Amino acid sequence: MATATEAAVQKIIHSPKELEAYRKKREKNKKKNTRIVRVCIGTGCAAKGSRRLYELFCEAAGGAEQAGGGNGSNIVIESKHVGCHGLCELGPIVVIDPGEILYHSVEEPDVAEIFRETVLGGRVVERLLYEDPKTKKKVKTPAEIPFYNVQKRIVLEHNGHIDPTSIDDYISVGGYSALAKALGSMEPEGIIEQVEEAGLRGRGGGGFPTARKWRSCRRAESPDGIRYVICNGDEGDPGAFMDRSVMEGNPHGVLEGMVIGAYAVGASQGYIYVRNEYPLAVEHLKRAMEQARKFGFLGQNILDSGFSFDIRINRGGGAFICGESTALMASLEGRTGEPRAKYIHTVESGLNGRPTVLNNVETWANVTAIIGMGSSEFASVGTEGSKGTKVFSLVGKITNTGLVEVPMGITLRRIIEEIGGGVKDGKAFKAVQTGGPSGGCIPADHLDTAVDFDELTRLGSMMGSGGMIVMDEDTCMVNVAKYFLGFLKAESCGKCTPCREGIAQMLAILERISTGEGELEDLDSLETLAELVMEGSLCALGKTAANPIISTLKYFRGEYEEHIRNKHCPARECRGLFIYKIDPESCTGCGICRKNCPVEAISGERKQPHVIDQGICTKCNTCFEKCPFGAIVKV
Amino acid sequence: MDRELVTQIVERYEGDSGMLIPMMQDLQAEYGYLPAEQLRAIAEELKVPLTRVYGVAMFYSSFRLSPKGAHEVTLCMGTVCYLKGAPRISEAICQEYGIEPGGTTADRMFTLQAVNCVGACALAPVMIVDGKYYDGVTPESALGILGALTPEVEGSVAAPAPQSKAGGS
Repeated sequence: MATATEAAVQKIIHSPKELEAYRKKREKNKKKNTRIVRVCIGTGCAAKGSRRLYELFCEAAGGAEQAGGGNGSNIVIESKHVGCHGLCELGPIVVIDPGEILYHSVEEPDVAEIFRETVLGGRVVERLLYEDPKTKKKVKTPAEIPFYNVQKRIVLEHNGHIDPTSIDDYISVGGYSALAKALGSMEPEGIIEQVEEAGLRGRGGGGFPTARKWRSCRRAESPDGIRYVICNGDEGDPGAFMDRSVMEGNPHGVLEGMVIGAYAVGASQGYIYVRNEYPLAVEHLKRAMEQARKFGFLGQNILDSGFSFDIRINRGGGAFICGESTALMASLEGRTGEPRAKYIHTVESGLNGRPTVLNNVETWANVTAIIGMGSSEFASVGTEGSKGTKVFSLVGKITNTGLVEVPMGITLRRIIEEIGGGVKDGKAFKAVQTGGPSGGCIPADHLDTAVDFDELTRLGSMMGSGGMIVMDEDTCMVNVAKYFLGFLKAESCGKCTPCREGIAQMLAILERISTGEGELEDLDSLETLAELVMEGSLCALGKTAANPIISTLKYFRGEYEEHIRNKHCPARECRGLFIYKIDPESCTGCGICRKNCPVEAISGERKQPHVIDQGICTKCNTCFEKCPFGAIVKV
Repeated sequence: MDRELVTQIVERYEGDSGMLIPMMQDLQAEYGYLPAEQLRAIAEELKVPLTRVYGVAMFYSSFRLSPKGAHEVTLCMGTVCYLKGAPRISEAICQEYGIEPGGTTADRMFTLQAVNCVGACALAPVMIVDGKYYDGVTPESALGILGALTPEVEGSVAAPAPQSKAGGS
């Protein structure tokens, strides 16, 4: 691209030394009395109106600055929008520095009070503080909130602290110093060794050793010397938004890792493939790339090292399969995203037939951290086989939905109970699903399992990219398996028969079971088909497609059998396999259910308990939703 | 005139047929869908068979071959939304308006898109109307939001989406 050469002429930073000088200058210029308002604009908070809050804080800061001239105060106020803080459940989140005072569920009318009391007055607005559900005590800072203090943040270290659209902010927290270190004092082979010593494994799900991938690519022959690095930001697993939050909240962290990786493997061109549903991530990455070119961290002769590299962004087209490496590369070549057999590895012949390294967003961000802190510090976190941390999106029937980063080896129980605050609404825990559609459901008996690549695989699930979906007693496991198989049927590219036809057949059986038409032999057929699809499919989508079935059959076989034998759904989710009844004790005879029933199946005198005629009832769930007294029960 | 637009888009990517998907994304950004004539033009300009262009258009779910409605309604069908009742919302909308996911209402008021996951699981079930997120949606609140849509919209940020937040929270 032309921009790369243009930037080379007028770039701001030419060497590691200049970067350090720039950082120091900024440090020196920092005003002493700065108060910072950090407003989260991650997806969760933004959807609850945090952008407007940010504008209001900016207006307030502007007004105060004008007034400040008159009253002699020398307070400098800075409002900034930052990436996801993680505690999405209680958004919008606003944090005030100094003091790191965290306010949650902030609404527009609160802005004036926060500004007056905390920003200007240095006092705390008690009612907006987080209340510890156990001790009922109000706490001020993230460090005092269990959701945060069990976490270990390496990838997300700067998320929520820096303005993702400001390269200055990133440089202030040490940004691009890992790149300066790599280009200024390390050989490519030395970088690969560091990544190897750190024990970094691919965070996209497979857990392949990153250094091995890089070394193979570096050593592979390229017909014209061209090599590529790719960042896989096609986060397709439903219930997963880790990569999105990293790209949105700290895009420079990803770019820096990519430049380091490109230098290590000898690549001159990089690609970031971002999911179509993530427009903000694209916007922030684009802006970060422009800034990085201007500063001289991308383009020709980066930091005077003689190494040149640039990146291009491609948006996905809404195909889950494009998260698979060979399908993604086909998509980058302008073709339909169909995977190919990998007897020739992509590190030897990938994009456009050239040696290519493809890593996921979180992996690239980890590279920046490893070179920055050194491999031994990084490797001090985690388990024998899985080093460092993993980011999870902790979602589903859980109290604290959000984005969390934990050291490898932490137990599922600690993540769910301590960070997540347990199952929502006091319901009983049933299972946790990891690994997206390729993963499996892990039951309560295994909650003390240490979370790492190998342990989760041993349980019949997998690490996956980091979706962690908590399910409670009201979740039907047959329905869960059906959901994932339905998803995979729609997303199978159709190239190979075992995947295309096998998934459809497995889904048809699950549908039969969930409507009460299943037979016990169906369970055997499911197992046979599962094996066939696993063995015969071309790519990981098919090879792992049966995991949701196998794991639920393994741990919840009784539930399948209950659907088949007794035509009953124990979780009362499968329509037709349970009935609605009115509890005469709780029914006040208000008549709301009767009025709302679309088929007039409910009868009863006013102020007398009502009854449902099972012969007419279509199980539409309307009465259950409408009853203000919880008198409708599913049995 | 329209042919000029295609030429412009192709030149934007230096005629590199590897950039076919970004070109088609740009084209769709202009028209709201991919008109057949423009797809033919792209194939000609890039000297690739029309089947390849058509194949790409059919393969990626974000491409549309027919015009969409005045409003864009996206319903998240991710795991969490699914567990929290998204299928019943979809059912209610489809029944009320006589459409299928991916379809457009007869009066071209809106196009309903069911997507895999929008990554806003804390808000589940989520419905997005013209970029505005509604959280904790129920079949009833969804129909309420859609019922209040009016035809005039054209690109303005202040789309006539209802001001109040959807119920359920």
